[in-house]
Order: sequence, then structure tokens, then C-alpha cells
Amino acid sequence: MRNPLADKVVDIKPSGIRKFFDIVSEMKDAISLGVGEPDFDTPWHIRDEGIYSLEKGRTFYTSNSGLKELKMEICNYLKRSQGITYDYNTDVLVTVGGSEAIDMGLRAMINPGDEVLIPQPSYVSYEPCAVLAGATPVIINLKAENEFRLTAEELENAITDKTKILILPYPNNPTGAIMEKSDLEAIAEVIIKHDIFVMSDEIYGELTYKGKHVSIANLPGMQERTILINGFSKAYAMTGWRLGYACGPKEIISQMTKIHQFAIMCAPTTSQYAAVEALKNGDNDVQEMKTAYNQRRRYLLHAFEEMGLECFEPYGAFYVFPCIKEFGMTSDEFATRFLEEEKVAAVPGTAFGDSGEGYLRISYAYSLERLKEAMGRLNHFVTKLREEQGKH
Amino acid sequence: MREELLAIIEKNSRIDLKELAVILGVEEIDVVNELAALEAEGIIGGYHTMINWEKTSIDKVTALIEVRVTPQRGQGFDSIAERIYKYPEVRSVYLISGGYDLMVILEGKTLREVSSFVSDKLSTLDTVLSTATHFILKKYKDHGTIFGKKKDDEREMITP
Repeated sequence: MRNPLADKVVDIKPSGIRKFFDIVSEMKDAISLGVGEPDFDTPWHIRDEGIYSLEKGRTFYTSNSGLKELKMEICNYLKRSQGITYDYNTDVLVTVGGSEAIDMGLRAMINPGDEVLIPQPSYVSYEPCAVLAGATPVIINLKAENEFRLTAEELENAITDKTKILILPYPNNPTGAIMEKSDLEAIAEVIIKHDIFVMSDEIYGELTYKGKHVSIANLPGMQERTILINGFSKAYAMTGWRLGYACGPKEIISQMTKIHQFAIMCAPTTSQYAAVEALKNGDNDVQEMKTAYNQRRRYLLHAFEEMGLECFEPYGAFYVFPCIKEFGMTSDEFATRFLEEEKVAAVPGTAFGDSGEGYLRISYAYSLERLKEAMGRLNHFVTKLREEQGKH
Repeated sequence: MREELLAIIEKNSRIDLKELAVILGVEEIDVVNELAALEAEGIIGGYHTMINWEKTSIDKVTALIEVRVTPQRGQGFDSIAERIYKYPEVRSVYLISGGYDLMVILEGKTLREVSSFVSDKLSTLDTVLSTATHFILKKYKDHGTIFGKKKDDEREMITP
């Protein structure tokens, strides 16, 4: 029989954490710190609006690019939170989660051989999506000494005449790093100079703990070369609703919409009605959840400090990224032993790129009680390791 | 920090001071001072425990009583409210807008105890025009807390 598979797909490495998670799910009493989604339920008024839309029989497709009312609310939101003006009619595409927007954006913009710059550690889907779109992914290894921010120099060094898109994943999963306005200004200059585009994944944009998130699309000359990606999963605890969006220049959005209409048709209708409510009346919910995340973030950083574990202070998303290099193990070894010996699951940093070696991603989308229990076990574990190594 | 502090201890007054300081990102002494100030200002009225009595073998009856009263010259509803809230079995008294004036929440051991309070003590007050007593049959949610089974973490492991 002929090979039924596409080489391009077979050649994509499976995600490194699959194996790890398989062990976790077998282990009944394990505490997981591995999940990358909010622990809160979607606020009731948002769920209620979804239920109401079903009761009213709103069970049809929406227009391909999304419900008009939702697109208008998205534009209102970006106007009031970022001061960016988009035309709801031409510049917005409602997608099945931010992930679809990443995929569609790359497919709409890449010609064979184009290079896509991917700063790592970062979310695992950029690289495979770039490959599937026919691009050559070029990894920029971010450095702990820069708090995993992308510097103008790193960007400049990675750019070739084939570079087309920079993926800008901030606030960052897994490091929790953010890019402040001055950081963005420095790289915007390089981007404009080399005439490349930016795919700015701002899915964690509402979750920053040091001033308000700034979108790169807000800088002079950047809106026309930026695809801004956001969604409802993280800010409104709506992961299961699968709803995101992309905003950008109409030339790009219209081509993305074309692929989206053939591949997806439209994003789920119920979710779109619920999302309208989220944008209209959800600001308080976001604030409340953010306050809780921030308390947990402070707790974890304090716990690391007490056990002498090195960790830069992350100001975004709901992850901390402590350094475990002192133990002379790979991230994978550390995480595996931590799981086996203390029954706590934290994701090895290498799952998010080679530059995550020596780090661990710990999610704080868990209750304080759970985090306290887990930090007790981590303390026990690192004390044991230090004793093994003859340190004190 | 005041608002955030209050929001935390309203839900968990047993949280220890050190932890409170850590999660608020301030020094422990600041928390101590702020709590003292809040107590002095009467903003913190006490540190109570929420108990679901239904789960114990102790019988308790709670009733909501709507009370219509004649306000008194110069004192409005305050003096009549005071006469009512001084009874220890009265848990809460609220002045209410709408069809009646005072909402009295009463707790007793038995139905009879509550009803005799209403007929003997409450309705006989001069200024009370009428009462309507509603017994609570089941508590679903109290003080923002839902009684019932705690929800498990249903999030599934996904990649990433």
C-alpha cells in the first residue's frame, strides 16, 4: 500500500509534554500545576447569555467573519483598552480560539521559503503552524538575563532578506514575561526598517501585573503591519467556548477570512453571543480574576525566595518560570523526578523550546490552597536534592 | 490595599497575617496596622464563621419577617428598629424600600419559638402595623457561598 501520509505532517515533532501528561493522568493523587487554562468558571452572566441564545433558537451559522455585534464590540474594546481603531466591517475576523487565528494568519501571509521568526520559550503551536504554512521557522532563543523579553539586537541578528513575519508572544506563555512600551518601541524600529510583519499574540493581554498591557499595533507605523490576535479564553475564563479573533489590515484579514470560510465556516454561534456579553459587561470579572492571579503570583515568588530558588519576577499571564539549573539536571529529569517523588506535575521548560532548558513552567491557575500544598512539596524536594548534592 | 484586604478576609478571616502580607505584596506590619485601623473605624465588625447548621444535628429555624411600622416623629425608623434588634434572637434588621419597612431575620430553635416571638413580642409593639413571616426551608447560598458539593477540578490535560 502507498504511504497514506504527508511527509510534512509526519515530520512535525509531537509535543514534548504529551508523554509527561500521560503519566500525570495515570497518577491519581498527583497535584498538577501543569494546566494552561483559568481555574475559574466562566462568569455566570456570560454563560447565561449563551444559554439564552440557545433558548431563543439562535442556532444558525453567523456570517463567516463573525457576528456583526461581536465584531463591533471587539472594536470598541480595542479602542477603549488600547486606543487602536479598527473597522468592524473589514478588519476583524472571529475565529475558533486564538489558535485558529495564528494558523489562518500564517497561511494567508506565507509564501514558500519565507522565514517566520519565533521567539522561544513560547507557545508550542507557532512552529508547526509555520511549517504547515510552508514557512521556514527561525527560532530566536530568548534569555533569562533579559527576563525573556525580545531585544532589538536579538531581532536584528535573526532577520535575513527572507524574513517575513515576527511572532510576538507577549504576555508570554510559559515565562510570564511581558514587553513594556519602551521594549516594543525598540523592536518596532527594527521591524519597520526591515519591512517585516508582526503577528502579535495577545491572548494574555488582560493579565498583566505591572501597568496595562500595550499592544505593538498601537505604536506609530505598526498597525498596518500587525496582525493582533486575542480571544476570550484567558481573560474571561472561556477556554471551552473556543473563541478568538484577529484584527489587522483589511488586505490580510480578507484573505484570512477566505481560508476561514472554507475550513471552518464560522466560529460557534453560541460562543459569539456569550462573548458579546463578556465584552459589554465583563470588565469587573476580569479585574476580580486578575486580582486573584496576582495574589497567587506574589505567593509563589515569595515561596521560591524562601526556598532559595531563582526566579525572575514575571508580570504577565499566569505562569512563573523558576530556574532549576543549580541541581544539574535537565528540565525533563527534574520534572519527572518531581512528579515521581513528590507527585507534583510542573511542565519542563523545554516543552516550549530548547531555550527553556533549565526552567520549569508552573501555572498559578490553581487555588492558593493547592499552590501552598505544592510549594510545601517543592520545598521538600529541593531540600532533598541539595542534601544529595552535599549542599545546605 | 484596603479594598483588596477586605475582599480577602471577608471570605477567609482565618488567613494568617504573614500570608496576607505576601499575597498583598506589603509588609506584615502594614497589614497589622490596617486591620487595627479597620477595626477601630468599625469597618470590620467581627470575624464570624459561616456554619451550615442544616448539616448538624442541631435544629434551628430561620424566618424572614416583613414588618410595616409607623415611623416616629424626629426619629424615623431608627428607634423602632432599635427596639427590635435588641432581642438576641434577632439576627439582622434592615430598613427596606418598597412594600414594607423593616426586614427582620430571626433565628429560633423551633417553629413555635419563632411564631411566639412574632405574636408576643413583635406584633405587640405600638408602632408595628403588620407582620408577614416567611420561614426559610432550605439555604442554597449564603454570604456568597454555595452550600452543597464542592466542584472537582474538571480541567483535562491538554497539549500544551
